Amino acid sequence: MPQQPAQPLLEIDRLTRVFLSRQGLSVTRLEAVDDASLTLEAGKPEIYALAGESGSGKTTLARMVLGLERPTQGTLNYKGRPVGDLTPKDKRTWFYREVQPVFQDPFATFSPMKRVDSYLYETARNYRVAEGAAIEKRIDEALGVVGLTLAEVRGRYPNELSGGQAQRISIARALITRPSLLVADEPVSMLDASLRMSILNLFKDLRDSQGVAVLYITHDLATAYYTADRIGVMLRGWIVETGPVERVLGNPLHPYTQLLKSSVPQADPDKAWSAAPAEPPRPVKFPVSGGCKFAARCPYVMDRCRQEIPGSYEAEGRHVKCFLYEPGFSGVRPTAEAVP
Amino acid sequence: MDQPPILEARDLKAYYITEAFGVRRTVKAVDGVSLAIRPGEIYGIAGESGCGKSTLLKMLLGEFEPPLTPVEGSVTYDFGEGQHDALDMSEGEVTATRWSRVSYVPQGSMHVLNPVRRIGDTFHDFISTHQPMSRRQTNERVAAYLAEFGLREGVLRAFPHQLSGGMRQRVTIALATILSPKLIFADEPTTALDVVVQRGVIQLLKRIQRDHGSTLVLITHDMGVQANLADRIAVLYAGKLVEEADTRTIFKAPRHPYTQHLIGSLPTLEDKVARVSLPGRPPALDDPPSGCRFHPRCPYAMEVCKTIVPPLVTLEGGHRAACHLITGETDHAAATSPALA
Repeated sequence: MPQQPAQPLLEIDRLTRVFLSRQGLSVTRLEAVDDASLTLEAGKPEIYALAGESGSGKTTLARMVLGLERPTQGTLNYKGRPVGDLTPKDKRTWFYREVQPVFQDPFATFSPMKRVDSYLYETARNYRVAEGAAIEKRIDEALGVVGLTLAEVRGRYPNELSGGQAQRISIARALITRPSLLVADEPVSMLDASLRMSILNLFKDLRDSQGVAVLYITHDLATAYYTADRIGVMLRGWIVETGPVERVLGNPLHPYTQLLKSSVPQADPDKAWSAAPAEPPRPVKFPVSGGCKFAARCPYVMDRCRQEIPGSYEAEGRHVKCFLYEPGFSGVRPTAEAVP
Repeated sequence: MDQPPILEARDLKAYYITEAFGVRRTVKAVDGVSLAIRPGEIYGIAGESGCGKSTLLKMLLGEFEPPLTPVEGSVTYDFGEGQHDALDMSEGEVTATRWSRVSYVPQGSMHVLNPVRRIGDTFHDFISTHQPMSRRQTNERVAAYLAEFGLREGVLRAFPHQLSGGMRQRVTIALATILSPKLIFADEPTTALDVVVQRGVIQLLKRIQRDHGSTLVLITHDMGVQANLADRIAVLYAGKLVEEADTRTIFKAPRHPYTQHLIGSLPTLEDKVARVSLPGRPPALDDPPSGCRFHPRCPYAMEVCKTIVPPLVTLEGGHRAACHLITGETDHAAATSPALA
């Protein structure tokens, strides 16, 4: 394995994925992920949240990290090896032991006709993690990490489980290969509030006790704030703001992150919104422009925002893709409090 | 309370009763719920999936069919001209009531919008049923009304699939409110929407409710939406109303252990203090636990909780809660529910 200790666990640099859809003679380009960069360091397990609204490209990015989608452009390396170039054999014998998915709906993950433990055995056999009796030991161990035992799970069908239990088993299945990275796409959005926190606590526990890094994909900023160490906020394929979650969500700098944060209904009547809507109703079709993707909706838009694409500038301990934070910018910067 | 409640349910029990191969199965989805909704308020109904929220909504709307059967209790409307029985309306009464007095905003906007008819046609169907009007008149009226929602006239010529989710939900709210109904039910009205769009829809719903002076019954599991919209909140657990109070009290001083846990487990953007989930899962409603239905998961469960169903007692300021911890305290006081007695 070409592997030096200095290699990051996951290195994403200027990654782009374009989907072309043809209708008659016209071809529409959709940049689902556009020039996105992020790095997870090796030996420093963390939970990185990718947050954004539907259509922002967070799932496409996750699918590329899982090797299910080929990047159109840019770098996507796992432990120094380009994920897009892995052969099926590499994936089977190495990559999928290292990187495992956790899906959104635990009841869609497991067939209702099959016993859930069969998935655990299948994963153990497919990736040849152990032989004979050692398989059961390995499965029991993985279940132990999520707070279950094989005796409890054996022979059960999905309908006999609560959503929280099913999602735990789904995470246990992912842990059988002892991966270094879990890619969890909206793992708690289908769960009830009273079960949700136990799964999020489990991810934190996996990070601390098992050294597993987690790419946590969510639309829910409050759970991202609770769970993650760092966050990347996505807008139509771009990562517009990324940094430590306390900074980015505690005091958002990008006008879009500010809008997003102010739109979260806080479960506290003292923080209810004022009467004014966050933004006026906007046209359905975004005007096509070469500039910033948020320009059409941005309250602080400047002329150059409509013509040039902003770089990713370092400001207050994070990176912001907005001209307001370009070094040397002299105007007034918006504060999070200014958003109604 | 000066005015009589616009909607009142008394000891409502609604079960799903099925019989297959001689095996009778009863799912007690709503089991003894009493509530009174005041005119002009936003009344939130909160709870997890499977707690009976949607069944309760069906009963309050008077829209039920087998296997869902009202077993006991009553639901009455009062629009200022005496009480109507909502569970026993003739077809004529249903037509006269539905949409013009009582309306409904569903979760998926595709449920009310016919996918093969233009939006304008759907509006015309709605309005002409209640008020004879020409096509041109309805179009003018609807266009003016849609402008208030930030929707252009062109929407009338569109098919539902041509609109974005947020626009469709605005259209649905417009449909539900154009006839100025007194009572509006909204079932998870923003759950399918993105946050930025959701905020607009919630604020729109609030503005329409204020402008029309209507009563809004908001059913959602999202406590953030409840905190922003509701005046009072009822919390359901396993088919029973466990607590009801004004929004501030529910969030700041809940008394029922389930509500306390529900509120305490919500993540916020303010702190990263560790939060815990309750052990176990909500019970299956065909075989609910005896006594208090929350006792198997309750950290304070006592012996009495396993056998005796705690009554819903009224505390200060109309706050109601059903828990033996509270009943124990107020044993010397009247342990009944005077608000509805």
